[in-house]
Amino acid sequence: MRWKRNLTTLSFLAPMLIGIGVFFLYPLASAVYFSFTEFDLLSVPEWVGLDNYRKMADDPFLLQSVQNTLWMVVVFVPVRIVSAIGLSMLLARLKRGAGFFRTVFYLPALAPPVAATIAFVYLLKPGTGPVNTFLEHLGLDGPLWFNSPAWAKPSLVLLGLWGIGDIMIIFLAAVLGVPESLYEAAALDGANAWHRFRYVTLPTIQPVILFAAVTGVIYTLQYFDQAAVAGAIASGNATTGGGITSSFGYPEGSTFTYPLWLYTVGFSYSALGYANAMAVALFVAALAVTVILLKRSKAFAGEAEA
Amino acid sequence: MRLAWIARHSIAIALTIMFLAPVVYLVLLSLMTSNQALTSDYWPNTWHPENYLRVFQVTELPRYLLNTVIYAVAATVFMLISSVPAAYALAKLKFRGRNALFLTIICVMMLPPQVVTVPLYLMWARYGLTGSIWPLIVPMLFGDAFSIFLLRQFLLTIPVEYLDAARVDGCGEWRVLLRVVLPMARPGIAAAGLFQFFFAWNDYYGPLLYTSENENAWTLSLGLASFHSVHHVDWNLVTAATVLTMAPIIIVFFFAQRAFVQGVTLTGVKG
Repeated sequence: MRWKRNLTTLSFLAPMLIGIGVFFLYPLASAVYFSFTEFDLLSVPEWVGLDNYRKMADDPFLLQSVQNTLWMVVVFVPVRIVSAIGLSMLLARLKRGAGFFRTVFYLPALAPPVAATIAFVYLLKPGTGPVNTFLEHLGLDGPLWFNSPAWAKPSLVLLGLWGIGDIMIIFLAAVLGVPESLYEAAALDGANAWHRFRYVTLPTIQPVILFAAVTGVIYTLQYFDQAAVAGAIASGNATTGGGITSSFGYPEGSTFTYPLWLYTVGFSYSALGYANAMAVALFVAALAVTVILLKRSKAFAGEAEA
Repeated sequence: MRLAWIARHSIAIALTIMFLAPVVYLVLLSLMTSNQALTSDYWPNTWHPENYLRVFQVTELPRYLLNTVIYAVAATVFMLISSVPAAYALAKLKFRGRNALFLTIICVMMLPPQVVTVPLYLMWARYGLTGSIWPLIVPMLFGDAFSIFLLRQFLLTIPVEYLDAARVDGCGEWRVLLRVVLPMARPGIAAAGLFQFFFAWNDYYGPLLYTSENENAWTLSLGLASFHSVHHVDWNLVTAATVLTMAPIIIVFFFAQRAFVQGVTLTGVKG
């Protein structure tokens, strides 16, 4: 009967196993192989050894895209986590209207990235946008936002903060899950609000912070939609469909993230070997971050439950 | 205490205004004349709800909408058919290599899509399916890593006693899944389905990659991004189209809020 049980198990897993093979292992192996070759959409891959990886070392656009993506990792991820914790702490302590506020803070996370980006480019239009008009009323000179190389990435961070709802909900559940008895014990020891946060809340929600940091970095490594659309809309270029790559990185390459350069190399320049070398490098980075999560987090270890 | 209460609620209300402002501004802009929409006004001098009708006339919005609905619905249905049984096996069946398989699913889930973009594009091009939404839908028949992860986490919470009772009654595993687990897992399945639906509805990278060469296959996201370059002086129309793209998501959310919030919590709280 053992083989029959195995067959049943297999019937549950078969589609997924095929999926892992065809849409994960096969393209991953292909990417590694292609990264040692040179070809375009019309030619056959030709073996070039490590050439593509050597080329990566002195590609100024690659360097710029790596810098931009690292900037996002270093600024975007922590800002989002700190804000989400703050927002969830606030929500957890609201007695009236908590459900209403939760919905309002959550909803923007669901907005289609293209729509949300268009909204923010309009909102932050340097000349006529309501934000700069408002700042003008206060006697302040608003920046050029998406049209300024210095402010384009911070503008994307603002856009990301608007869509903070998904990780905020996760933190809210964690904050509400901190046992009340711990707070009471801390209060007996004379802890003030900051101490309670620092020595009770933070250690308890620490696994969730790790989760948010890892998924945040992974998200940032593949950051594409908002950067692509912000560049296209803010530049005002006539870009439709695939031609959108011409406005990637606007202004002055400041929003040129790693995935944007990979896409440009692959589908505008058709340098498919080089694009795959970039893909392999991206894979190594994502895998390294994932391993941290797997090593440190119990829920992902698989065994513990069930 | 009273002061702290007032302070907290004041902050919450200020934040609410900031979170709502972008959408309110979009809606106001979409109701202006195209001339006024180019000014720094917040408030329409005259109201033009007919902008929403004009968007349908001057653009291919109906076709984008149809493509998006097909993509989102098919992707969701296909994902559920393939992923629920897989998640059940990972959560409730014992077999060799289960942990390794689960770890693989996590790696797939964490994989940036750009890593496998070129080989997959070449694969679909070989079958002549680029320029359509097929490359976005077909893979859903073979399981979606994130959905499998989410469903597994949910199925773990179902007590094994219910399953054993059914097994003792002589049910095979498929019957256990269909008769016992499915009804109990409805909230988890709803959450996974909603996530998938929203992901497909909002997806930009996938449609850009596979459909940009054929405008007949464009989805709303792609149409919207290109819309601005064609009608860049008609901000009222661009914003109307933007509002129309967001609206279905908000409506669906309000009908399914509970399942949704539960699902989001499930993705991370067990860290």
